Amino acid sequence: MAGIAVSTTINGDQAEFLCHPDETLLEVLRERLGLMGVKEGCGTGDCGACSIILDDRLVCSCLVLGAEAEGRRIATVEGMAQGDKLHPLQQKFLEHAALQCGICTPGFLIAAKDLLAKNPDPTEEEIRFGLAGNLCRCTGYDKIVRAVQDAASVMRGA
Amino acid sequence: MTFDPSHAARSFSSVGTRPIRPDGVDKVTGRARYGADFNMPGQLIGRILRSPHAHAVIRKIDTSKAEQLPGVKAVVTAADLPDLTNGDTSMYDILDNCMARRKALYDGHAVAAVAAIDAHTARQALKLIDVEYELLPHVTDVDQAFAADAPLINDTIITKGVDPKPDRASNVSMRSQFGHGDVDAGMAKADFVVERTFRTEQTHQGYIEPHACVANVSSDGTADLWVCTQGHFVYRQHCAQLLGLEASKLRVTSSEIGGGFGGKTHVWAEPVALALSRKAGRPVKLVMTRDEVFRATGPTSATSIDVKIGALKDGTIIAADATLRYSCGPYAGSWAEVGAMTAFACYKLENVRTVGYEVLVNRPKTAAYRAPSAPMAAFAVESAIDELAKKVGMDAVDFRIKNAAQEGTKASYGPVYGPIGIGPTLEAVKNHPHMKAPLGKNQGRGMACGFWFNFGGQTCTDLNIGMDGTVSLAVGTVDVGGSRASLSLVAAEELGIDYAQVRAVIADTSSLGYNDMTDGSRGTFSSSMATISAARNAIKILRARAAQMWDIPVEDVTWERGHAVAKGETHGNLPNLSLKEIAAASGTTGGPIAGHSEIVADGAGVSFATHICDIEVDPETGATKVLRYTVVQDAGKAVHPTYVEGQYQGGAAQGIGWALNEEYIYGKDGRLQNAGFLDYRIPVCSDLPMIDTQILEIPNPNHPYGVRGVGETSIVPPLAAVANAVSNAVGVRMEHIPMSPPRILAALEA
Repeated sequence: MAGIAVSTTINGDQAEFLCHPDETLLEVLRERLGLMGVKEGCGTGDCGACSIILDDRLVCSCLVLGAEAEGRRIATVEGMAQGDKLHPLQQKFLEHAALQCGICTPGFLIAAKDLLAKNPDPTEEEIRFGLAGNLCRCTGYDKIVRAVQDAASVMRGA
Repeated sequence: MTFDPSHAARSFSSVGTRPIRPDGVDKVTGRARYGADFNMPGQLIGRILRSPHAHAVIRKIDTSKAEQLPGVKAVVTAADLPDLTNGDTSMYDILDNCMARRKALYDGHAVAAVAAIDAHTARQALKLIDVEYELLPHVTDVDQAFAADAPLINDTIITKGVDPKPDRASNVSMRSQFGHGDVDAGMAKADFVVERTFRTEQTHQGYIEPHACVANVSSDGTADLWVCTQGHFVYRQHCAQLLGLEASKLRVTSSEIGGGFGGKTHVWAEPVALALSRKAGRPVKLVMTRDEVFRATGPTSATSIDVKIGALKDGTIIAADATLRYSCGPYAGSWAEVGAMTAFACYKLENVRTVGYEVLVNRPKTAAYRAPSAPMAAFAVESAIDELAKKVGMDAVDFRIKNAAQEGTKASYGPVYGPIGIGPTLEAVKNHPHMKAPLGKNQGRGMACGFWFNFGGQTCTDLNIGMDGTVSLAVGTVDVGGSRASLSLVAAEELGIDYAQVRAVIADTSSLGYNDMTDGSRGTFSSSMATISAARNAIKILRARAAQMWDIPVEDVTWERGHAVAKGETHGNLPNLSLKEIAAASGTTGGPIAGHSEIVADGAGVSFATHICDIEVDPETGATKVLRYTVVQDAGKAVHPTYVEGQYQGGAAQGIGWALNEEYIYGKDGRLQNAGFLDYRIPVCSDLPMIDTQILEIPNPNHPYGVRGVGETSIVPPLAAVANAVSNAVGVRMEHIPMSPPRILAALEA
């Protein structure tokens, strides 16, 4: 099977890779590029653990083909912190203990980042519906919602 | 180790605070490595072929075409995993579950596996394996399997616990009975009786991380296994026994674990990965798909439970009786036994009897799921208790308070209780503002109680003090939800140093003595006990070193707030020596300073909780929305209260999912029809409200700080609390979990 050459931007850096036509972007990110922060919980777009922002859209990377990344911009959890300075969402997830096992956390952080970019001051209900594509089995979502509310407040400078 | 009563009055300095967890930054930056996040040089990709049939004899497996596919390096079947279990039937069942031997026993049962150079080749190879099946009649329903004329799943199963011994095989592997008093005589005296049959459907633990491992077997007999597990020492035992390896030559490293809830307590695919690696002579990475996770791992029992409870006019429960049938998959289990033990554990009962039946079905092998077996029994009992309270004319909370077990009560499953929290949780609920909040149209409120035993178990911990005075804590209980934070707090507390100076790690199986797995709510309970003991052993050495540095008798040295203090008239003027100063001198005072502990952590205090739930039912669609939810639970002593709250909230959310929506749906063909998150559907963020928590602290007399396990009890009350709320809203007693919209509509129309 011939590889397809793809040139893309990941977390602000240029990246080039070869992939098979049937290879998902999730497989490429994890297995070819070593971005293991992008998690696979289902491979069918139901759990959100593999969430990334593709250009300006929140997507499940398991539902995107690697070849589709050509010329696009990809943001993953690995690009959220600036050096040793955590993104406010990351900081608030820690402070609120919004993770127990943590496997869903990268997807939640990316989904929350996308949500706050579009709606900087969401209500609790807007947060709950905004994050409804991400499954967490440990927390019951309570502390996740509070962390996002707190991070939104910090990001607004309130 | 017994509770130090001085702690009751003492204010802890570290324990009870809420610092950020030590593994937190790695988990929010994507650096934490879970089961599938590890690769080895030269690794192959393993895949498992699974039976599409619920019950079939495996006539023949032809792997020749798969073996010839370029890129395939090994194919294994049951022939590559010979039976080395030596009469250990539970290990034989695990072996047979990992790879079917004579028969495929459920849809999803492993029958063969391949290792190939990549996932694409491995998937292709599976299609080239030819399995010849002879289909057998199957049964997936617990009541149908219990019936005398049911298709027989295992013709060697003769019901245990029945006298005289049955003369023929059945699907009932065991009968167990608990209780005391004379139930029939008691029931005859009752003024009010409630008698009903309840059903619960099978659910999955639903951890977001699929099972994953990387196995590497060398030709010299050594092996390494990287795996997501709740117990890497247990996995080592299982794998060594099933593969014929020496345990000391198999090093198992537990990855970060993406949820377990009981589902990662015994091996599934790990022996297969090791067998593939041994055959191929290369490392093999094996990661399950979500479909495989649903079809072949985990699920809890489906149940069918008859309950009969009688009360006197004054509200005293005079007799309680339950018969509980639990499905256990196609292998014998002890799930009904546990259900029968927990069913009436919240109450003080003169006459009580529970009978449990383990029922084999053609579904996946049942695994533990958070307080395994207790939620279903609590659903049946707490529903009947609610109904009985109404008949007696008492408030649901008052009725329970009147009959609640207390210190000194003989539990329905045998032992006599020490100090327990059921009464205090009920009193807290009675006085909670949630109980007084008004309800609207189509809304209902329910409450329910729950019990779990908790477990202690074998535990081994090392506490090593570095020359810079920082502390490395090596524990062997896998951290499933923040225990490294709580254990670091305990080490800091005992040594009298800052939390930030302690780093807890989960040591691999070659670096630490045996530890039981993280189950039974034992992680923080047992490892904190071992950590306290290890710290006290280290303090003995620290005191001796200080005595040596001062040249005074060790008896004159005490340990206070992280410092050696010289006592006595003659050397009272010596300035205190800090842990850091003593550690810095260790190279010249006798070498490294460490404390070790190897214990059986006996005395896990029993745990009780009471939950309150408000719901609203849409009478047009039958859909139920949870409006408000409150958890009150005894923690003994909350080491890290935020993570204790997290356990309360997480268990409640899982219970709500079970109550309202989650279930395994099988077709007439015996195949699982909803093996994915879309169709199985666990609760999402928009399904739930905030979950309020109230932590009570009734010290466990068997732990130095009074700690009780907190992980499991929170899943016990929700099925009943939600069902009582729905029943109160719609005016019909709900008897079947989950209360999905079609079931609620049917109940409304009945």
